[in-house]
Amino acid sequence: MAQDAQEVLEKTPESGRILTVHDLHTYFHTASGIAKAVDGVSFTLDRGKTLGIVGESGSGKSVTAASVMRLLPKNGRIESGEIIFDDNDMVTIEKDKLLDLRGNDMAMIFQDPMTALDPVFKIGSQMIEQIRIHDHMSKAEARERSIEMLKLVGIPNPESRLNSYPYELSGGMCQRVMIAMAVSCHPKFVIADEPTTALDVTVQAQVLELLKDLQQQLDTAILLITHNLGIIWQMADTVMVMYAGRTCEYAPMEDLYARPLHPYTWGLLDSMPKLSDAGKTDLKTIPGVPPDLRLTGACCNFYNRCPYATEHCRTEVPKLKEILPGHFVACHRQNGVNKLTRGEVNAHE
Amino acid sequence: MHPSCSWHHHFPAVPRAEPAPKAVFSYREGDSQVLKTILKRILQIIPVLFVVVTITFVLTRLIPGDPATVMLGPQASPDAIAQMKERLGLDKPMWEQYVNYLLGVLQGDFGYAYSYSGPVLPIILDRLPATLMITITGLVIAILIGIPIGVESAVKQNTAFDYVFMVLALVGVSMPIFWLGLMLVLFFSVQLGWLPAMGMGSAAKGAWDVISHMILPCSCLATIPGATFARITRSSMLETINADYVKALRARGLTESVVIWKHAFKNALPPILTVLGLQLASAFAGAILTETIFSWPGLGTLIVNAVNSRDYALIQGIVLFSAVIFVFVNLVVDIAYMLINPRVNYESGGQS
Amino acid sequence: MADKNTQAPSADTLSEASTLEMLKRERRANNAWHKLSRNKTAVIGLVIVVIMVILAVFATFIAPQDPNAIDIAHTYLKPGAAGHIFGTDSYGRDLFSRIVYGARISIFVAIGGTIVGAVIGVLLGLVAGFFGGIVDSIIMRIMDGMMAFPFILLALILMTILGTGTLNVILAIGIANVPNFARIVRGQVHVVKNEEYCNAERVLGASNARIVFRHIFANALSPIIVYFTLNIASAIISEAALSFLGLGITPPTASWGNILSDGKNSLQLAPHIATISGIFILLTVLGFNLLGDGIRDVLDPKQKR
Repeated sequence: MAQDAQEVLEKTPESGRILTVHDLHTYFHTASGIAKAVDGVSFTLDRGKTLGIVGESGSGKSVTAASVMRLLPKNGRIESGEIIFDDNDMVTIEKDKLLDLRGNDMAMIFQDPMTALDPVFKIGSQMIEQIRIHDHMSKAEARERSIEMLKLVGIPNPESRLNSYPYELSGGMCQRVMIAMAVSCHPKFVIADEPTTALDVTVQAQVLELLKDLQQQLDTAILLITHNLGIIWQMADTVMVMYAGRTCEYAPMEDLYARPLHPYTWGLLDSMPKLSDAGKTDLKTIPGVPPDLRLTGACCNFYNRCPYATEHCRTEVPKLKEILPGHFVACHRQNGVNKLTRGEVNAHE
Repeated sequence: MHPSCSWHHHFPAVPRAEPAPKAVFSYREGDSQVLKTILKRILQIIPVLFVVVTITFVLTRLIPGDPATVMLGPQASPDAIAQMKERLGLDKPMWEQYVNYLLGVLQGDFGYAYSYSGPVLPIILDRLPATLMITITGLVIAILIGIPIGVESAVKQNTAFDYVFMVLALVGVSMPIFWLGLMLVLFFSVQLGWLPAMGMGSAAKGAWDVISHMILPCSCLATIPGATFARITRSSMLETINADYVKALRARGLTESVVIWKHAFKNALPPILTVLGLQLASAFAGAILTETIFSWPGLGTLIVNAVNSRDYALIQGIVLFSAVIFVFVNLVVDIAYMLINPRVNYESGGQS
Repeated sequence: MADKNTQAPSADTLSEASTLEMLKRERRANNAWHKLSRNKTAVIGLVIVVIMVILAVFATFIAPQDPNAIDIAHTYLKPGAAGHIFGTDSYGRDLFSRIVYGARISIFVAIGGTIVGAVIGVLLGLVAGFFGGIVDSIIMRIMDGMMAFPFILLALILMTILGTGTLNVILAIGIANVPNFARIVRGQVHVVKNEEYCNAERVLGASNARIVFRHIFANALSPIIVYFTLNIASAIISEAALSFLGLGITPPTASWGNILSDGKNSLQLAPHIATISGIFILLTVLGFNLLGDGIRDVLDPKQKR
């Protein structure tokens, strides 16, 4: 019988572990109901490693990341679950300690670099402000550090760049500046929330290269959120596939691509156009739309779009279980109850 | 505290693949652009001032009756009236009167106020400080109370605090200022007898005498602008508080008060400044009514007296004076706007 | 094969029913009238406005006594005395009746003045915006010039020129309001002129007039309606201010402004005169402000309030 995810995670040695999230539930309280944006998500992250969270819009990946840093909007609340960052209980942490960690040990890079910087302050003043909050140093010293950080991320003329306003920079430059700000205090952990979605393709590649380099140099753990499987392939060590607030599949990257086990993952992988398609076939999509998060909860959320669903899928929530070593799936059929036949599985390898 | 990290000295910078992009605005370019826009704005007031002077001239000429008859009284002989008209230059053709007036204004000659037996401009300047005393104080109070309430209401959106203060603010902007003045007098002077209802008090009797006379008029003048500031601050803050960069700022570990007051507030300033400009400009309107109630010897009572006694020159002078002040105040506000919000120059090139 | 429901079913409720219910609720909520009626403040505003308008329109039926009936023997009576709900004023006239008739004058003047300002202002704005160039510059400079004068000052001077009287007050308030309307409309015309779809239509050959009426009108309409409502509120105060200074509606015609002026002179003796008339002004202005805000919320959902 496949082992429960919790038991497995608890057994793994903790030496390099920087983040443990266990059974996280984050709900949004709206006028028309409670949207269960994150409904039972668990994962871990070690230093120097990258965890990629992949899923479509509304799957809960950004909310998960926001929960880790406690950056939820007013109507969002962590209902239950555990978030342990570097021995800090993030759910019950005091405000002061939280502010101490943010920007310092944990940092975040946002999707749209142009809107993520305060438009009425110069780049330099924003960078200096952040540095001085966490490391007590003079303005001149902070300025020096800012210049070095800008050099580190490959921005030309850093001294004069400090005096620019965000609107004066291109998207790629803004993103580099954001990365510079994020790593300026040597964080142990960086969340990259769709860091390249708003950028041109050529710039995308450079930014990813930059992130990888910095990760190597700083031994930083990265939580990479994206809907782009190609980026996952480039960057991630482990992958978590999310759908409608829940984890579908959680595995090392090579295993996921070599032996995907969840029907949703199959759908995602199939929807990527491949060179071998030779341009004759239509793009494959998963028919249907994701469920309204105010109505989910009592069964497998993928039920209405899954080609292999059974009556059991409609009545019980599938739990995340370890099918193969290190490879977890939340699917009733793959978990040993009414297992998918070999034929169906082979069709997707 | 987190130790200062010097690790980055040891690692080479990531080589950049993209060529150095041509900056949209380099620092130096950006600064001179701002200056150019400001200069443009300053030049724009000239046609407006011209229009203002013209409108003042036209309006005053339209007031029924003529200055000569008013000054000499209904018993005066036609000869005396004709003589007076000649003295006042009223017998000349209209366009000549206009030019003379324009030239006079440029030299500081606003005419002669017969009801006060003196040239207009010095009379205005003499009464100006009294008006400034209560209007400036009133506005400062309005800013100091209204803006923080607005910020807090935005932060505490939809709570009891927000609701209560916004209702109060709404009532505040709906009340006639002269009624408010009367109610203040009724309550604090007539019923309670705490504060004087009239006049300015004199420094000779001590600071408290002056202050006690100022309290009611200043409160009266502060209420409506204060309510307006609270409302506009709240609505402007609501837009900035929900912006993306605010989330990013929090993610960097800045405290909530820094995020709100340093960053969100600065972004929310432009509409607030606009309203500030409007309030400064319409402060005089409030002053006219307030001074009437409190018998405060300022420009407000001056204009009312001038209108009642048909002192054309004085009417003309005060109207022109207040309009010119308005134009300059708006100019200052616009410049402040441009200095605070760099994007305004970039996008619109200074168009209003 | 699983059925193609768009919602994942919950174990206990029938999926179709709960989904349909939620969609129905959402559709209803977005209907404009529903939004307006659910906006409590706007409803309160509407109620107040309706009450005041009823007072104004049916003044002759509602007022118990002749508002101009002088009764020297019973001046300055307190509210509630001898059949006078609000008491009497300095001439012994029934205050309640005067307030009711005052509603008629004040509201009529306010609405009239706003209409005058709106009509002239919108026309000027359309002309300025549409023709652009020199015409635009001249008109807008004049508007800027007019706006440089404090509203009350402008209205005051205009009243001095025109003389007192109801019609003149309407005219004065109207003229002083022209620049505001002109500016709004001209701005809208500019915005719409430059919008993509206008250019697209021009490319497709639609005539200029068609563009004007379909797009400009539709776009400009909502800010004008909002501003119109809010302007009525300030017009009420303007009329009251003018009458208060003696340059508006003159007695014996009752207007809230000149009742307030009367109240000022008898503040110690009969505070109820000033208090009550002012409260009516406040309530009416509040009503129009609430209504205007509510209309703005409905017509411009982008604003976060």
